[in-house]
Amino acid sequence: MATTLAKAADGTEAATHAARIEHVSKSFAGPAGQQLVLDDISLDVAPGEFVTLLGASGCGKSTLLNLVAGLDEPSGGTITTDGRPALMFQEHALFPWLTAGKNIELALKLRGVPKNERRGRAEELLELVRLKGAHGKRVHELSGGMRQRVAMARALAQESRLLLMDEPFAALDAITRDVLHDELTRIWHETELSVLFVTHNVREAVRLAQRVVLLSSRPGRVARQWTIDIPQPRRIEDAAVAELSVEITEELRGEIRRHGQH
Amino acid sequence: MASTDTTTSAKDPGDLAGLEAGLDALETVHRGRKPFRRTFTEKILPPVVAVALVLAVWQALVSFRIVDDPTKLPSPGAVWDVVHQAWLQGELLGYIWTSVSRGLLGFFFALLIGTPLGLLVARVRFVRAAIGPILSGLQSLPSVAWVPPAVIWLGLNNQMMYAVILLGAVPSIANGLVSGVDQVPPLFLRAGRTLGATGLKGTWHIVLPAALPGYVAGLKQGWAFSWRSLMAAEIIASFPDLGVGLGQLLENGRNASDMAMVFEAILLILTVGIAIDLLIFSPLERWVLRSRGLLVKD
Repeated sequence: MATTLAKAADGTEAATHAARIEHVSKSFAGPAGQQLVLDDISLDVAPGEFVTLLGASGCGKSTLLNLVAGLDEPSGGTITTDGRPALMFQEHALFPWLTAGKNIELALKLRGVPKNERRGRAEELLELVRLKGAHGKRVHELSGGMRQRVAMARALAQESRLLLMDEPFAALDAITRDVLHDELTRIWHETELSVLFVTHNVREAVRLAQRVVLLSSRPGRVARQWTIDIPQPRRIEDAAVAELSVEITEELRGEIRRHGQH
Repeated sequence: MASTDTTTSAKDPGDLAGLEAGLDALETVHRGRKPFRRTFTEKILPPVVAVALVLAVWQALVSFRIVDDPTKLPSPGAVWDVVHQAWLQGELLGYIWTSVSRGLLGFFFALLIGTPLGLLVARVRFVRAAIGPILSGLQSLPSVAWVPPAVIWLGLNNQMMYAVILLGAVPSIANGLVSGVDQVPPLFLRAGRTLGATGLKGTWHIVLPAALPGYVAGLKQGWAFSWRSLMAAEIIASFPDLGVGLGQLLENGRNASDMAMVFEAILLILTVGIAIDLLIFSPLERWVLRSRGLLVKD
């Protein structure tokens, strides 16, 4: 492990981990019997830490994220999180029958925020993602990048300490994605959230994270980790980002190659 | 993070905000309202032309004596005279109101029964397995088949008419809601669950609004079935004490061998059915779809 986390003096773990994944495995019933998707994964996310999970298809990275989100149960091992995590998907998953602002207000309502505070809080969150004035906009009136920013605001409305992101920018064009990387970094700085970000894009992983965790495929295991100390704000075209990306890509390719050898 | 360069971070947010504003402006499409003239030529003119064509062909069949028997095919003018006469005698609105009030009240009851029933079938596995297939099978049963038993059970009265409407419309409304719920994208359910919308909260905040387009389609079909069932009931169970609705008018025309009256009744049944759909259900459906960006303009 690149990061070893010390337990707090009083022994409580709630404050020392945003998420703690211990010896987690997951198998699904497949055509050839039980198929092991995740095998003995152990991973901690510290409060305020930005971790990316990187892997090729079939490494179970989305499955792992679903487990952390509590949408599915692990077959073995335990997952503890500091409260219920927020989750962002590759698709914006905004509700089309509500306006942008009402989507955020629904998240607030389900969290028990009183009615008279919701509107103002939603406006604040929209301002945080630089969409001031978009409260009354319908989802289909927004561009792809704007939708993902509203989705981000909705996720932030949950006030979780941990934000899970499942390839949230994969469907966007390169310029918009680049802008949203900057936005995410800025918001992460401002909110001191912990982020667990799943991607198959090596440069994106290096651009964003403090720590990159490479998963092997079929079954998913933690193959290797890198701690990234390139100072933020980074750019995706920075030489240091590119250099580390080359190294990680080599490793990822090695992992993929192993599957063609039998 | 500690080594963040303060000068860049001070300059960067401004740049980023500008860049983002530019992207947002470029990618947002503004659509104006269509001018009335285009609405007229695209939406109003075509059906008017179609109706005029049908009338012209009808008139030609009579004028050129292709069908030379007024008891088989009355002229458009003769039918218009009958309608006009009914209007002058103050009976026309009475016929229409008798049927429309029955139809809408019956539809309202069907709505009250069909909605919870559809929700139960959609959400409770046992109920779905038990009555789901029967419910969709009932849709293919012509509701005219319910008229004889309804007459025997309830007699010749308004209750019988409502029973036939319910049996015709409830399955449509319930099935519409079921298919609406079935078509809710799983992503919405997952997103709802991560936001804390589970159980009844999930049904109320996520499932029902997401199922609305299917539900509205079911309502639209439910109205069509209500109207059809009611006409079948009125034609078969025509009884002087029940008052003259459009179905009875049709039956009276047949008994009097008055083809102009038969045509009058058929045209009125058609017109009322279309009018209710155009005035209530189509605008409702358009509003639901448009607010979700599902109705593409041009």
